[in-house]
Amino acid sequence: MTLSDASAVMGAAVPLDPALLTRADRAELLRFMTMMRVAEERALSLYKQGKVPGSFYDGRGQEAISVGAAFALSPRDRLCILHRDLGAHFVRGVTPDRYLANYMGRADGVTGGKDGNLHFGDRARGCVGMVSMLPDMALVANGMALAMKMRGEPRVALTFFGEGSTANGQWHEAMNFAGIQRLPVVFVLENNRFAYSTPNELEFAADPVERAEGYGLPGVEVDGNDVEAVFAAVHAAVERARAGGGPTLVECQTMRMHGHGAHDDMGYVPPELLAEWEARDPIQSYAARLLEEFGFAAEEVERIDAEVRAYVGECAERALASPLPEPSAALEGVFADRWEPLGDGAAPWSGWAEPGDRPAAAPSVPPPPGPTIERRAA
Amino acid sequence: MAELTYLEAISDGLRTEMRRDESVFCLGEDIGAFGGAFKVTAGFAEEFGPERVLDTPLAENAIVGAATGAAIEGMRPVCEMQFADFIACGFDQLVNVAAKLHYRQGQSVPLVVRLPSGGGFSGGPFHSQNPEAWFLQAPGLKVVAPATAADAKGLLASAIRDPNPVCFLEHKGLYRHVRDEVPEGEYTVPLGKARVAREGGELTVIAYGSAVPLALAAAEALEEDIEVLDLRSLCPLDTEAILASARKTGKVLIAHEATRACGVGAEVAALIGAEAFEDLDGPIRRLTAADVPIPFSPPLEQEVLPQLDDMKEACRELLAY
Ligand SMILES: Cc1ncc(C[n+]2csc(CCOP(=O)(O)OP(=O)(O)O)c2C)c(N)n1
Ligand SMILES: [Mg+2]
Repeated sequence: MTLSDASAVMGAAVPLDPALLTRADRAELLRFMTMMRVAEERALSLYKQGKVPGSFYDGRGQEAISVGAAFALSPRDRLCILHRDLGAHFVRGVTPDRYLANYMGRADGVTGGKDGNLHFGDRARGCVGMVSMLPDMALVANGMALAMKMRGEPRVALTFFGEGSTANGQWHEAMNFAGIQRLPVVFVLENNRFAYSTPNELEFAADPVERAEGYGLPGVEVDGNDVEAVFAAVHAAVERARAGGGPTLVECQTMRMHGHGAHDDMGYVPPELLAEWEARDPIQSYAARLLEEFGFAAEEVERIDAEVRAYVGECAERALASPLPEPSAALEGVFADRWEPLGDGAAPWSGWAEPGDRPAAAPSVPPPPGPTIERRAA
Repeated sequence: MAELTYLEAISDGLRTEMRRDESVFCLGEDIGAFGGAFKVTAGFAEEFGPERVLDTPLAENAIVGAATGAAIEGMRPVCEMQFADFIACGFDQLVNVAAKLHYRQGQSVPLVVRLPSGGGFSGGPFHSQNPEAWFLQAPGLKVVAPATAADAKGLLASAIRDPNPVCFLEHKGLYRHVRDEVPEGEYTVPLGKARVAREGGELTVIAYGSAVPLALAAAEALEEDIEVLDLRSLCPLDTEAILASARKTGKVLIAHEATRACGVGAEVAALIGAEAFEDLDGPIRRLTAADVPIPFSPPLEQEVLPQLDDMKEACRELLAY
């Protein structure tokens, strides 16, 4: 894959059994991708208003990856979510108010102000928050998978990383260890063409998905802008892992549509490349597909967008109303006085619902169950 | 009570905890069939099976990272670094991931990293280090360094049961040279409590690890009224015991085998200087390794590491003050 042949990106490398996704699932996929887009747009405007201390990062253009991948997980599976993957937090039940509050360093952010931007993980939702060093969380995901394997539990750990991170030695350690131990772990690689300003051709001589085989695990390449393709590939990988078949590397081809961070004007990105990928926007293209292939009415799709916008707006108000943390909190929490298990995440895919308990066709706009700022305060 | 070497006591402590709690497991290089570079886990694979005595590839970040993830999921991993020096290769997972998870998101990470440390046997620059000060600059890590066999067992058990990442510095020079009475069965020594290894009234030697037997030998040889305080735990640090002994004797020598600059000695000296200044009858002195890599050839290594004569000399100087 070179810089300019984005159009050559293949479709789903793993064929999707159409029965896997219900109409309601498809609406949810669109809803979560839209929620990520709208929440990040809102966060960016808060940043521009000076309400976000530090720096700002988003995953614009990559919404299909975190949403499609997280959608394949069961409640008891575990995740390490990375910096372009806000959609995975939403799928697991984190609400946008807590995301926005975290960005603003507020007391009700997921970390209570201890850490910023996407460096959070909601313990109650089965997530371990990423650290900045890349791709460290791949090794932690291995460890969670190791515990699951040792106890014979049919559970899976999943983590994300960018293609740039595959150059780091820890990536090699992670792949090698997962391969040796046949761990129930799924690695979702987001090839968004750049690591900060460094393009693919300066990141590696052999594409990471080709390297997978060398570690004794399958590598699958999918169109990362096609949410169903991502879901299909990750679902297959999760099922394999759950059945004792070991790890999979899923490389999702995509494009980072914003700068590395809000401070980055992307002067190094050829405009044609952006235009090419703009035409493949994961949300626009999925909305179009729902209309053309899956019989959605235009009003349904529009309603999802409008409802998400209204909901994120309410969330932003809640986040803005959240206080800054007490300064003294900075000195607390260095050491634990007991271990507590992670909680289970939301698993909105109908595949996890009991038979007869499938979600209704209409998309459910109220937030998935879980602590919102309001509920926390109550 | 049984008389065990320091090494046997570590094995005993680990075995006892593995029998007591199924979630305790070991991982590291060559620890299974081979029993580890120093044989701490000899016979473990037979008793507990290869899964709980997990041989890993040569990849220290993978070891510490796997331990971190497994600990989050409720296991109690005990990592073995083949030599303490190699933690440098797993440092990122330890200080950036494991150490900060509780502070950042309330996630407890109950893991132990066993670190065969120290020199004195021509291990050279990469098999002789005492890296404890590295960890003390990483809030979120606990650090212990036993000097006796009983403490090696009891502190290891406490480290395994602690809900935080604990660096367990086991001094290779003590492995087979230290031997004392060790309680049988389950036995714990609390983290953060120093031990008066020898009572005295004229001078306190504050030490840990290999410096403790050295201080005791010097005190015996000099036949002086020297107190030896064994810190046992460097984080949490028993500040009360340190200040109490400093106030009692008024003279303090801090001794460790690790290099000097910004080491434990500096921290302890600053504490005493700030809190017990009025009670001091002399300068706070340090006896440490010189600030150089640990050289290989015996005369060079002996020049760098604190020797018994150095300890005696340092005590004499302070006593005469
Ligand atoms: C080990 C390490 N070195 C440097 C950085 C600084 N840094 C943050 S993100 C980034 C680029 C990451 O690229 P990639 O893995 O492709 O992820 P992307 O941001 O493109 O999603 C860099 C260099 C880091 N986070 N970790
Ligand atoms: Mg990238």
